Amino acid sequence: MGISVIVFFLSHLSGDPALLMASPDAKPEDIEALRITLGLNKPLHVQFWMFISKAVRGDFGQSIRWGKPCLEVWLIRFPNTLLLGGAAMAFTLVVGIPTGILSAVTAGRWFDNFGKAFALAGQSMPVFWVGLMLMLVFSVALRLLPTSGMGTWQHLIMPSFTLGWYFTAAITRLSRSAMLDILDSEYIKMARIKGVPEFLVILKHGFRNAMIPVVTLAALNVVTLLNGTVITETVFNWPGIGRLIVDSIFARDYPMVQTCVLIASGLFIFTNLFVDILYAYIDPRIKYQ
Amino acid sequence: MLNSQPVSEAEETVQVSGRLSRIRVRRGIRGIPWTPVVILLLFLVCGIFGNFITPHDPMKTNLGAAKAPPFWQQGGSTKYLLGTDAFGRDILSRIIRGAGISLQVGFAVVIFAGALGAVIALLTGYLGGWVDAVLMRITDMFLSMPYLMIAIALAAVLGPSKNNIILIMAILGWAGYARVLRGEVLRIKGADFIKLAIVARAGNVRIMLRHIFPNIVNTLVVLATLQLGIVIIMESSLSFLGLGVPPPEPAWGSMVADGRVLMFSSWWVSTWPGIAILLVVLSCNLLGDWLRVRMDPKFRQL
Repeated sequence: MGISVIVFFLSHLSGDPALLMASPDAKPEDIEALRITLGLNKPLHVQFWMFISKAVRGDFGQSIRWGKPCLEVWLIRFPNTLLLGGAAMAFTLVVGIPTGILSAVTAGRWFDNFGKAFALAGQSMPVFWVGLMLMLVFSVALRLLPTSGMGTWQHLIMPSFTLGWYFTAAITRLSRSAMLDILDSEYIKMARIKGVPEFLVILKHGFRNAMIPVVTLAALNVVTLLNGTVITETVFNWPGIGRLIVDSIFARDYPMVQTCVLIASGLFIFTNLFVDILYAYIDPRIKYQ
Repeated sequence: MLNSQPVSEAEETVQVSGRLSRIRVRRGIRGIPWTPVVILLLFLVCGIFGNFITPHDPMKTNLGAAKAPPFWQQGGSTKYLLGTDAFGRDILSRIIRGAGISLQVGFAVVIFAGALGAVIALLTGYLGGWVDAVLMRITDMFLSMPYLMIAIALAAVLGPSKNNIILIMAILGWAGYARVLRGEVLRIKGADFIKLAIVARAGNVRIMLRHIFPNIVNTLVVLATLQLGIVIIMESSLSFLGLGVPPPEPAWGSMVADGRVLMFSSWWVSTWPGIAILLVVLSCNLLGDWLRVRMDPKFRQL
């Protein structure tokens, strides 16, 4: 909520929207009329209330740049971002978790050092640079993959890799430390004493318990993927929400920007809430508090 | 028969039990992670003395030497060690100058956000009650915002400038410090020496400043070091999008953006600034991790 307020007021500070929306040769009376239609002559808080009340009913206003209802524009692009995010998440889970676990299991040996280095480096690289370097290697030098746009699965590889990179590094670290903690605990030693083969010990007892904190922390951080989409989509020209925001900002398309921010914040808060509930459900210890 | 080697004061190895026994922990002077420290000092020197050590003027364009590759490639010369960009500006010089910009923004944000966060933490942790409730609500609200998106929106609205992004990032960043430091304050509040101070009728402000604060400085420093890396990445991301430090200032992010259109011909324009960012942030992370383990080995994931 608060975010929408901030963005709303600030966007009005930086220029008169009516002037932007009217055609260049409109007469002053026309601009004034436009202002009245848009409600810009009313005090700011009244305008904000109008925006919110319309938004709740599904009317987010017209996008200046596209000339279509904002919601429509948003809905077209949202699945694209979902696709990208989903692919990135898949990449993260498939690569990140096993790496982290293997790293913990082989603590101190070369794989662990490699895993630690990978996790650290991954969290130190800016997203846009990773994307560009990938492009450089795979598109320019090797000419294997296309540089931009959406379409075939080849288009999907580099952007999802880029988006997932940071998160993968974080998950690797998380998995590793969670696994290390678990492996030193009492019931693992118990399982070994019982004679359970090492492989099963790791998989059944260690893995499952280590995953609890990993999954919950991962879910909490899923929304930070949203941050990454803005950059990744811009770099790869992927037609999704992230790029929509950036383009709208540069085009001074306020209704669009407001819409995006409002929906994004809403999703954010909703997801956090959902994860909190999920967390309480998964971890039985919480229930008893 | 002597079978133990004399272990010097500076290099004591601690044997940890169990699965971790393969990892040896070194303590003492030799334990300082010299690599990140040296790298950071190098960039710091670049930042402070940048104007004196750049081989060329970072802003001076020279279209005759435009798009020259690094000196080891054909067409390059040792005059422009890392190559030039589309306007003939020396990349190395721009990177050196860019270090100053990134570090300036980084330190400013970390100091402001950290100070604000620490103050909020002290107030909420120590005073409790409705102050705690209200301020923590606000903190949670700030913590749950999609950081980059808000930063982009605000930066677009306020216009790209160095001071603006410092302001924006500080405003968005203090919440993280506040949350963690509040935990520390609460932990210290229960200590005996605090109770003694209260009995001695020390005022609230005095207790907070003289007794509690020195004990949370450790955590603050660790947080700050790690945050420095994060802020530098944020700043470069904003600059990359054109919303950060505006041209012709050579912010690393905008340098990468400049090189984007030249990808197919001049790979070096985008690559080197990115490597600079990578080195600085990596060093921050390494240093921060080392500090964290040093201060409190039980201190797990932040």
